[in-house]
Amino acid sequence: MPTNVSNVWEVLLRPSRPEEDAEQRRVQSEIEHLAPILKLKFDHSPPASTTMRGFLLEGPLSQGDAERAARELLADPVTDIPSVRAALKGGLKTSDVTIIRKPGVMDPVSDSAEQAIRLLGIDVARVRTFHRTSFPSSTDVSVLRFIASRILANEAIDQIVLGDLKSEHLGRGAGYEFKLVTVPIRGMDDAALEKLSKEGQLYLNVVEMRTIRDHFESLGRNPTDIELETIAQTWSEHCSHKTLRGPYEFNGKKSEAGILKDTIMHATRTLNQDWCVSVFKDNAGIIKFDDEWNVSFKVETHNHPSAIEPYGGSNTGIGGVIRDILGAGRGGKPICNTDVFCVGMPDTPYEKLPPGTLHPARVLRGVVSGVRDYGNRMGIPTVNGAVFFDDRYLANPLVYCGTVGIMPADKCFGKVQPGDLIVALGGRTGRDGIHGATFSSGELTQESEVVSSGAVQIGNAITEKKVLDILLQARDRELFTAVTDCGAGGFSSAVGEMGEGTGALVRLENAPLKYEGLSYTEIWISEAQERMVFSVPPDKWNEFKALAESEGVEAFVLGVFENTGKLKLTYKGEQVGELPMEFLHRGMPNIVRVAKAPEPTYETFHVASPVRVGEAIHRILGSLNVCSKEWIIRQYDHEVQGGSIVKPLVGIHDDGPSDAAVVRPILKSYQGIAIACGMNPRYGDLDPYRMALSAIDEAMRNVVAVGGNPDRTAILDNFCWGRTERPEVLGSLCQASFGCRDAALAYKTPFISGKDSLNNEFVTETERIVIPPSLLISAISIVPDVRKAITMDLKQPGNGLILVGLTKNEMGGSHYALVNGTGGGEPPNVDLETGRKSFIAIHQAIKEELLRSCHDLSEGGLAVAAAEMAFSGGLGASIDIESVPIQDELPDEVLLFSESNSRFLLEVEPTNIRRVLELLSGLPAAIVGEVTPDPVLRVRRSGKDILVESIDGLRESWQTPLAW
Amino acid sequence: MANVRVLVLRAPGSNCDNETAHAFELAGASAERIHIQRVVENPSLLDEFQILCFPGGFSFGDDIAAGRIYATLLQTKLGDAFRQFRDHDRLILGICNGFQVLLKTGLLVEPDPSTGQIPATLAFNRQGRFEDRWVHIELSPGRCAFVQEREVITMPVAHAEGRFMVSRAELLKKWQGENRLVARYVDADGNAGDFPINPNGAMGDVAGISDSTGRVFALMPHPERHVSPYQHPRWTRRKAQPVEGDGLRLFRNAVNYFQN
Repeated sequence: MPTNVSNVWEVLLRPSRPEEDAEQRRVQSEIEHLAPILKLKFDHSPPASTTMRGFLLEGPLSQGDAERAARELLADPVTDIPSVRAALKGGLKTSDVTIIRKPGVMDPVSDSAEQAIRLLGIDVARVRTFHRTSFPSSTDVSVLRFIASRILANEAIDQIVLGDLKSEHLGRGAGYEFKLVTVPIRGMDDAALEKLSKEGQLYLNVVEMRTIRDHFESLGRNPTDIELETIAQTWSEHCSHKTLRGPYEFNGKKSEAGILKDTIMHATRTLNQDWCVSVFKDNAGIIKFDDEWNVSFKVETHNHPSAIEPYGGSNTGIGGVIRDILGAGRGGKPICNTDVFCVGMPDTPYEKLPPGTLHPARVLRGVVSGVRDYGNRMGIPTVNGAVFFDDRYLANPLVYCGTVGIMPADKCFGKVQPGDLIVALGGRTGRDGIHGATFSSGELTQESEVVSSGAVQIGNAITEKKVLDILLQARDRELFTAVTDCGAGGFSSAVGEMGEGTGALVRLENAPLKYEGLSYTEIWISEAQERMVFSVPPDKWNEFKALAESEGVEAFVLGVFENTGKLKLTYKGEQVGELPMEFLHRGMPNIVRVAKAPEPTYETFHVASPVRVGEAIHRILGSLNVCSKEWIIRQYDHEVQGGSIVKPLVGIHDDGPSDAAVVRPILKSYQGIAIACGMNPRYGDLDPYRMALSAIDEAMRNVVAVGGNPDRTAILDNFCWGRTERPEVLGSLCQASFGCRDAALAYKTPFISGKDSLNNEFVTETERIVIPPSLLISAISIVPDVRKAITMDLKQPGNGLILVGLTKNEMGGSHYALVNGTGGGEPPNVDLETGRKSFIAIHQAIKEELLRSCHDLSEGGLAVAAAEMAFSGGLGASIDIESVPIQDELPDEVLLFSESNSRFLLEVEPTNIRRVLELLSGLPAAIVGEVTPDPVLRVRRSGKDILVESIDGLRESWQTPLAW
Repeated sequence: MANVRVLVLRAPGSNCDNETAHAFELAGASAERIHIQRVVENPSLLDEFQILCFPGGFSFGDDIAAGRIYATLLQTKLGDAFRQFRDHDRLILGICNGFQVLLKTGLLVEPDPSTGQIPATLAFNRQGRFEDRWVHIELSPGRCAFVQEREVITMPVAHAEGRFMVSRAELLKKWQGENRLVARYVDADGNAGDFPINPNGAMGDVAGISDSTGRVFALMPHPERHVSPYQHPRWTRRKAQPVEGDGLRLFRNAVNYFQN
C-alpha cells in the first residue's frame, strides 16, 4: 500500500527545561569534545545544539488525533513541550539534523507505541521514533555530517537526514516473489570456489568448499542457495568451533582429538566430579546447587557486532547469552549476569583511529549502555565484570557476556521425540542479522562497517522477558521435550541442531514476518533476536499456544521433527532444500591446523629510573585496568531479584572493589553462589601458559576470598585470539590451553562450558592490528552459608593483617612495569599445590568465621591490595614488608608490586590469629601488619617508612580516571 | 486472624514481582502474582484481594516513558475498577515502576482541572543515567496507611526515571501540608542534601507520595530489596545482625492495616 504523504504526522518533543535535559547535555558535551578535530579538519569551532526526540505517526489519523496522542501519551506533561506538524511537507533547515533508524532495523518503541495509540481509539498504522538536533544555520554542511556520524548516529543502523524528511526515508520492505535459486557449484575449480565463498559471505576455506562441491556432484545436482547457506552456518567457526575441535599439530606433534579434547575437556573428564551435571554438551554448563536445584552458567562473546555497533552488539550479546540459559536443559531462570569488556585507550586521538573504526570511548559507552538496557529490563542483576584497556583492542573491542541460571534438578536435559512439532516462540523474523554466524568467523577490515552492517542487530528485551515468563511456566507444565535458542544462524542452526538425531521438515512460510519481502533463505538464516525453538508433542500444542497468547507472545508451528535423518525445507509447498543431517553435522572435512610456539624466555626485570613507590601506587591505582568501575557498575541494576549478598561495590562508602559477587538464588535458603573472573592479557604477551594459570588462579582467589568453596567451583573458558591460521597465533592458544588443563586438574575445578572467538585481527591497507591473547576465566562457586560471606574492606582498628602466599620476583607484565613504561621480567607462575592448599585453608577459616576481611593480591600486588582494603574500610593500615613471606631477598618495589599468584591479605581479630595461623601451617603466611585508626597506608622496612599515603588521596587516584 | 491476600500485578516487563511477593509473605500475607491481562479479562478478580501491588520493572519496556504505556492501558481498561478498590478501604502500593505507573494513571495525584493533565511526573534522573544506589529515606506518618512512625530507613534505588517533578511549585507545599509527601531522601541523620543523598534530583527530595486517602502509596526505592539484614550493602561490617531489613516494616504495616 503506498504511503499517503499527507498522513505522516511529526510529533516533536522539546524539553521544557533544556538546561536540565540529560540527552541535550550529553550531545552538547560530546560535540565540545570534538573541538580539536573540528579545528583541524574544518577550522570550525563546536557549534551550539538543541536535541529533541520525536515520533512519526503514519496512517489515517487526523492532525487532531496526532495532537491528542501527543498530549495524552507521547509527551510528558511536565518536562516536554509537544508540537505536531505534517512530517513530509518541508519546513526544516539543512541544519536541522534528523536521525531515524534505517528501514528494517529494530525500533523497540515502535510496536508498543502503536498499540498504546490504538488504546486511545486512534487509528495509526505505523509509528517511528527519531531524534533531531538543530544547529545554527551558519554551520557548515560538512561539519554537520561529521558531528552526525561521530556522535548522533551510527550509520550501520541509522539514517542521517539533513533538512526535510522524504518518504523514501520511511521505506518499507517490498513484496517478495518466490524464485528458487540454485548455485552452480558443480565443476567449479578452486579459484571459483574461493570466489563463491568470499562473495557469498560463506567464510569457508577451499577444502571445505571442495567437500561441498563433491557432495553435490555425487548427488548429480547443484545446491540451492538455502542449502549452501545452511552448510556455511553449520560449519562456521562460530557454530562448529572447528579450530579447537579439529585435529592439530603443535610444534610438530600431531593430535587427532583436537585442542579442546586434549586440554580443557580432558581436565573435566579426568576430574569426573559428581556435582557436574552437564558439561560441554548443552547451551550452558550445569552443576549441582542443592538436592532440588542445579545452576547453569555460560559466557559468550559478541565481538564483531560490537565493533560495528557497540550498543546493539552488547545488547544482543547479553540477550543471546540469556537465551543460552533459557535454552540449556529444559530452561533455567537467569539469576545474574557478568560482563567483561576489552577496549582501546579512551584518550586515543580521533586522527589516530584506523579507518572504519569507532572511537574507544564511544565503544565503551555504547557497550555499557547495551548491557545496561538489556540486563536491567530483563530483571537480571549484573553483578560482576571487568574492563581491560589496550591499544590493540582499538579495532577489535571484545565483549564477553555471561549469565547464570537456576533450574529444577529434574529439568536439566531435553530430548526431541520424532513427531514433535517444531514450535518457535518470540519476536517476528526480519532481515536483521543476516550472516552473523559467518561474519563473526572472519576478520574485520575497514570495509566491515559497510559490508556487514546487515549482521548488526538491536534487541528488544521485553520480548525476551515475556519469552522467559512463558518458558518457565511451559517447562513446569511439561509442555515441551527440548528447547534451544535462535542465536547465530537463526532457525537454521536451532532446527539443525535440535533435529540432528531425528530429521526435520520445515515450512518456512509459517514464520510470521516483521515486514514483507523476505526470501525463504532470509527467513531461514535471519538472526532476528528474542526467538526460541521448542519441540512440542502434538497433544501439548494447544496448551502451549494458549499459554503464549495469555502472555501476549506469538507461537507458531514451523514444522515437525521426523525420523528421516534429513533436513527438509519447503516454502509454500515447494521444496527448497534437502540435506542429510549426517553430511551437515559430520561431513565437514578435517583439516589439520598447524601450531608453533617457542618456549618463552624472559629478560631480567630492570627499571632504569623508576618512579618512587609513593608515586607508583597512585599511578597504578589510577591506571585504567585497576581504577574504579563505579561509573559502569551503578548503571547496572545489581540487586534486582533480591538475592544480592556481596555486591560489586562494598565498604564503608559502598564504593570498594569487591573480589566477587555473592548471590542467593532461592530467597528461602541461605546457600548461595559466588561469581568472579580472572583475566591477564598483559601476561599473555610474555607467556600464554602462565597467563592461563594466572587467570584460573585469579578467578579462584576471587571466589574463595568471599566465601566460595574451592571444592565446589567450576570454571568457564573464553578464548579471544587473533587469526589462528597463522601457526604462531594458534601456538600461543595451545600453550594457554595447556595452562588451562594443568591448573584445572591441580585445582580440581572442572571446566563446564566455554566459547572461542578467533580471527580478532583488523586489516587495513597499511597495517594489521592483532589483539593480545585474551583468555577470560569465569568461576562459579557454591557458598555453603551466605551469612558467613566476607568482604574486602577493613573493619576494625587493631586487627592483624596476615599475608598468605609467597612473593617472588615476578614483575613481567605487571602494572608496576606498565606505569614505569618498561618491559622485561618474568610473568607470574603458579605453584599449583600450594595454591590449592591456600584456598582450602582460607575457606576453612571463613567457615569458622575467623576472618573479618579478605582480599586477593592481583594487579599492583600487595601495595594496591592493602590500599584498596584501607580506603574501602575508611581505615588505615600499617605494614612491615620485612615480614612478607619470600624465598629470596627482594627489593622494596618487588615486595610491594610483584603480582605473584595465590596470595591473599587477611584481616583477623587478635584473638583469632593463632587459629588462623594454625590453619595456614605449612603454607607461606605471616603477620605483616595491622589495621590502624588513622586514615593512612604506611609501609615500613627495617624500621624505616618507605610509603606513607593518605587513604583519601589513594581513593581519589583510584576513582578519578573513569568517573565519566 | 484473617489471612490478608495480596495481588502482585504482573505486566510484560515487570521484574520485581517474585521478591515483592516474598516480602509480603514475610510480612504475614499470602501473595499471588497475576498477569494484568487476567484482570482486564475479569476485573472482579480484584474483589478477592485486600492489597494490590504494582512491582518494579520496565512495564512494556518503559517505551515512550517509564510506566506510560501501562498507565494508558490501566486508564482505558481498569481506571474505575482501581478507584473502586481503593474506595472500598483497600490498599494499593507502587514500587519504582509501580510509582511511575500509578502516577501516570492519575491514582496518586489528581489531574489539573484546567488542563486535564497530571501536574507531576517522574522525569529522567538529573545525572542522565540509570543509577543503583542505597539511600536513606525519612518516612512521615499521619496520612499514609503504610507508615506508622517517623523514622529514617535505608534501601536501594535502581532507576533511570525517578526524578519527582511538579509543574507548579506550590503543589509541593500543598501536599506537604496534607502529609502526602510520605518518603523523602535524607542522609543517615535525617538531613536533606544534594546528590548522592538525593539520588536523582527530585524536587523537595520526594521519594514517595500517597494519594489523598492515604491508602495509595508509591515510592521509587525498593523496600522489597531490604527485607533481610543480609541484603544490606554493609552487613559484613556489623558484628551482629538485626532480625530483619528496614523495608519489611512497610509491608508489615500494610498487612496490619487489615488485622487491627
